[in-house]
Amino acid sequence: MSAQENMITMHKVNKWYGDFHVLKDINLTIKKGEKVVICGPSGSGKSTTIRCLNHLEKFQKGTITINGTELTDDIKVVRHIRAEVGMVFQHFNLFPHLSVLENLLLAPTWVHKKPRKEAIKTAMYYLERVKIADQADKYPNQLSGGQQQRVAIARCLCINPHIMLFDEPTSALDPEMVSEVLDVMVELADEGITMICVTHEMGFAKKVADRVIFMDAGQIIEENEPHEFFDNPQSDRLKIFLDQILSH
Amino acid sequence: MAVYTLKEAQPAPSSNRGLFFWLRENLFSDITNSFFTLLGCYIIYLIVPPLIDWMIIDATWTGTKEEIVKSGARWIFIIEKFDQFMYGFYPEALHWRPNLVLLLCAAFIVAMKYVQHMKIKIAMILLLPVISFILISGGWFGLETVETEQWGGLMLTMIVAAVGIIASFPLGIVLALGRQSHMPIVKSLSVGFIEFVRGVPLITILFMASVVLPLFFQDGIDFDKLLRALIGITLFQSAYIAEVVRGGLQAIPKGQYEAADSLGLGYWQGMILVILPQALKISIPNIVGSFIALFKDTTLVLIIGLFDVLAMVTLTTSDTNWLGFEVEGYVFVTMIYWCICFSMSQYSKSVERKFNTEH
Ligand SMILES: Nc1ncnc2c1ncn2[C@@H]1O[C@H](COP(=O)(O)OP(=O)(O)OP(=O)(O)O)[C@@H](O)[C@H]1O
Ligand SMILES: [Mg+2]
Repeated sequence: MSAQENMITMHKVNKWYGDFHVLKDINLTIKKGEKVVICGPSGSGKSTTIRCLNHLEKFQKGTITINGTELTDDIKVVRHIRAEVGMVFQHFNLFPHLSVLENLLLAPTWVHKKPRKEAIKTAMYYLERVKIADQADKYPNQLSGGQQQRVAIARCLCINPHIMLFDEPTSALDPEMVSEVLDVMVELADEGITMICVTHEMGFAKKVADRVIFMDAGQIIEENEPHEFFDNPQSDRLKIFLDQILSH
Repeated sequence: MAVYTLKEAQPAPSSNRGLFFWLRENLFSDITNSFFTLLGCYIIYLIVPPLIDWMIIDATWTGTKEEIVKSGARWIFIIEKFDQFMYGFYPEALHWRPNLVLLLCAAFIVAMKYVQHMKIKIAMILLLPVISFILISGGWFGLETVETEQWGGLMLTMIVAAVGIIASFPLGIVLALGRQSHMPIVKSLSVGFIEFVRGVPLITILFMASVVLPLFFQDGIDFDKLLRALIGITLFQSAYIAEVVRGGLQAIPKGQYEAADSLGLGYWQGMILVILPQALKISIPNIVGSFIALFKDTTLVLIIGLFDVLAMVTLTTSDTNWLGFEVEGYVFVTMIYWCICFSMSQYSKSVERKFNTEH
């Protein structure tokens, strides 16, 4: 395994909020094209972990390397990393004052300085992909939650990232809309993009993930390929956690 | 055995049965309501008919001062001094220049509505003040120079208000952003400035601007009096705009900043493209409210010796031919202020409505 193949390397990453130790010695290596699902109880540091990867959160100790570039606070490095990493949020975070299409054009035209015509072509291609091209001229709050989340995914894809981060992308959705978003994510996974997804959708994890990671109290407690992870949990904490989420 | 008889159809509820019922429902529904309705009518009766008599029916519109026989308003005074109320001492032969500026401003407002192209819009926004300044002050392109001492009346009021509004707007935004900044120096400078300015009356700032500012420029530059007032007013207004904009910024969810960041937008890109459009939109009513307040506050420039439209009342009625015409003067100026402030608030309502129906 060459270092080149490692898309993401987290080495002994530690983070504090004041006195509160949120991340404790996180070590994580993710290969190119790998799909990783992170789960764990609320407050265990899942969001914080993936938000460190695109520098939405700073960490105090350890190193993170993304596609060969070590992440620092340097503004140029951060800008470079953010062009490599797309992020989809629980609450979509679309820009309400812009139409769907303008949402998708913003980063390509202003950050990546693409000509507008070309950017529109790319944007329409991805809207087509998430099956929502007919809504291009609407505003976000005219769409359902599931549609908004698909737009948010398309918006990330427009910057052509190597890595996609998902932070509970379906947990703010009404139940009947969850599958339309998961379907898009499954398709995306099939195309070989590197993907880290915080989710409690165990069906999705079994279907798509190469590896499932269990976090608790700021630590990675256990990681395994999905079948072993669910059928043969090692630690007590994971056993309790799986009991809890599978019982309803 | 029960016997049922057919009932006549009841009339429709009184609420939709004409004027009489409307009056009874809304104005005379009970004793209290009736009392206040009558009281209100009495007050209107006391004020309105005499006012109409004075302003229109008994008013004198034509002729000379010596021919006045009617007891109402003597509008001939306003007509006689109209130019001074509008332009101060601006040379009469050059009145077309401020008039043209007014026309350009109107054209500008219409054009902003129809021009779609962003670059043309920005060019227009930048050009208008420059052209207006050149036209009014002259000294370029063979235009005769008119010293600022000669500027006055409503023209001066408009200039002071317009410059105050236009210049304070970007400054206020920068101060609001500064106040949110993570850089301690930027933050404390912004907070210090805003809190200082908001803690003192505008008059104080105007006095300071006219007395203190020249001390900083000791090397003999004779600092224009109007310019000093404009700087004072702009600084004053920017502190208030900053607070209004800060309110808007605080209403923007954290997720918007995070989405902008995660897409790779830089600080200024994120602010200008994502955060400020939303924050300013929320703040429009308060921003306009603050502009209206400023427009009224511009009357204070008369304290430091500028002759705005209000000061013109004092000036024109001290003309020995027109002593004792203050009432007409003040009523006229009041109407001007009311018309302008009322239109501003109506305009802001229409802008708000437009935004609300947009999406
Ligand atoms: N800005 C902050 N300041 C202080 N503490 C914070 C901050 N953000 C998060 N935390 C704390 O850090 C811990 C980890 O938060 P994080 O959001 O990463 O949890 P999570 O695993 O994503 O939980 P959830 O499933 O609820 O999203 C939590 O205990 C949270 O209260
Ligand atoms: Mg979370």
